[in-house]
Amino acid sequence: MTRVTVENVWKTYGRQTVLERISFETEAQSFISLVGPSGCGKSTFLRMLLGDEAPTKGRILVDGVQLQAEPSPDRGVVFQKYSVFPHLTALQNVMLGLELAQSPIVGHLFGKRRRAARDASRAMLKSVGLEAAENKYPAELSGGMQQRLAIAQALVKRPKLLLLDEPFGALDPGIRAEVHEILLTLWRETGMTIFMVTHDLSEAFKLGTRVIAFDRRKTRPEELEAYGATITFDLPVMRKIPPPDAPPPPAGAGEPEAAKPRIAIAG
Amino acid sequence: MRRLINQKPDVLSRLLLAALPFFLVFVAYALASQARLAANPDDKLLPGWATFMEAINRVAFVPDLRAGDYLLLLDTTVSLERLAIGVGIATLIGFVVGVLQGLIPYIRATLTNFTSVVSMIPALAILPILFITFGLGETAKIVLIVVGIVPFIIRDLAQRVEELPHEQIIKAQTLGASTWQIATRVVVPQVLPRLIDSVRLSLGPAWLYLIAAEAIAAESGLGYRIFLMRRYLSMDVILPYVAWITLLAFLLDFLLRALRRIAFRWMYRGHM
Repeated sequence: MTRVTVENVWKTYGRQTVLERISFETEAQSFISLVGPSGCGKSTFLRMLLGDEAPTKGRILVDGVQLQAEPSPDRGVVFQKYSVFPHLTALQNVMLGLELAQSPIVGHLFGKRRRAARDASRAMLKSVGLEAAENKYPAELSGGMQQRLAIAQALVKRPKLLLLDEPFGALDPGIRAEVHEILLTLWRETGMTIFMVTHDLSEAFKLGTRVIAFDRRKTRPEELEAYGATITFDLPVMRKIPPPDAPPPPAGAGEPEAAKPRIAIAG
Repeated sequence: MRRLINQKPDVLSRLLLAALPFFLVFVAYALASQARLAANPDDKLLPGWATFMEAINRVAFVPDLRAGDYLLLLDTTVSLERLAIGVGIATLIGFVVGVLQGLIPYIRATLTNFTSVVSMIPALAILPILFITFGLGETAKIVLIVVGIVPFIIRDLAQRVEELPHEQIIKAQTLGASTWQIATRVVVPQVLPRLIDSVRLSLGPAWLYLIAAEAIAAESGLGYRIFLMRRYLSMDVILPYVAWITLLAFLLDFLLRALRRIAFRWMYRGHM
């Protein structure tokens, strides 16, 4: 069960302070929505969780261990765009994470190990409702399907943390609701911690177990450079907290029938 | 009356319009040639079609009196071999260095300015240096082609690598990819089609360097023949050679485009 501890994190670029005095701790298996106005640094904060950027001051711990300063396979990510690889089919996109881990030089698997990776990836694709699209390239998939593929691709590595940077911002409302259901199902099954940056408050409260809002407290023009955004609201959303003793079933294998998404592939 | 920018030709008109400039050039040549030949039947500047046919027959289908070679075949194989070796080496170097320069910050910091400066050197200006250094044989000609086009391929490819969305590189790392794996499984497959484009665009300069080098020091080759024939004002050989070189260049371009389309189907799927 993953716990994330953020200790007095600051982020400055040159003289510009973007974030200041960010401290909080998460419960195991949280779904944390990060909200706030444009430019408040919520995406910067997500990139620090990702390891793409380092805090200027303070530290971020995952299960008591300080985060590595570069992205690693214990942290999955889904961006709004460009999350999947255009030159790989859906199945190849999901298999990639398994192939990279097992084949450091060639980057491809063969024979029995390839079949095992393919079967695991197919199960992952099925859990996001993309089993019929495994041979399609991302450009042939709709926006919603691409984001589901990106989720499957990230989850095949069974990350402790899943980081979502406005993942559904470009989707139609109907498609968005479908992907929400799939994401919640997968989150309950895997027991990972999710951080999601979003502009959409209703989405933040619908999905999150906790909503953290970033904003600047000082907004006079002469203060803008010296003072960054910090946490202005931190609200638990009680009804979403899952049963604490739910064991995470192995991803993609033997999930209960009811937990499977009942979603047809969005065209 | 609709605006000019909104008036579009239909399929037949497009075909006819595309053929029109070629047709006009032929007609203009025929008229000019006829006029000159009427004034002086021995005129060499604008030969008639019959003279062309005879010259083409002579260089293409009759063995050379001196060594028994079919000149057009000999020149073509020799030139294409130089071109292939030069462009091949340039492609290999450009590909490896370009990907490294685009992907690895330390190599980028070391090489970017150097490549830019080298690419500004007019390659023909160093041809004398190459002849002095490598002699008048094949090496100097091939090195000229390589030196002439490698900086462009490196810069073009490095830029393509840098243009890959940062998100993809991050995503690959969260999937556990090492630098080597990012290069081989994420970057290279996506920039290979660009490499083909880069080579296609380099073929024009490559021909230029080839013909220039052959014109100055060679014993055979398409460029050599053209410049040799210039001494005899043999327009009846020069013009067919130019047309033949144009055709070869066009075919190479066509083949590379076909290769790109066949080898990188993912680029074309879903982009109807």
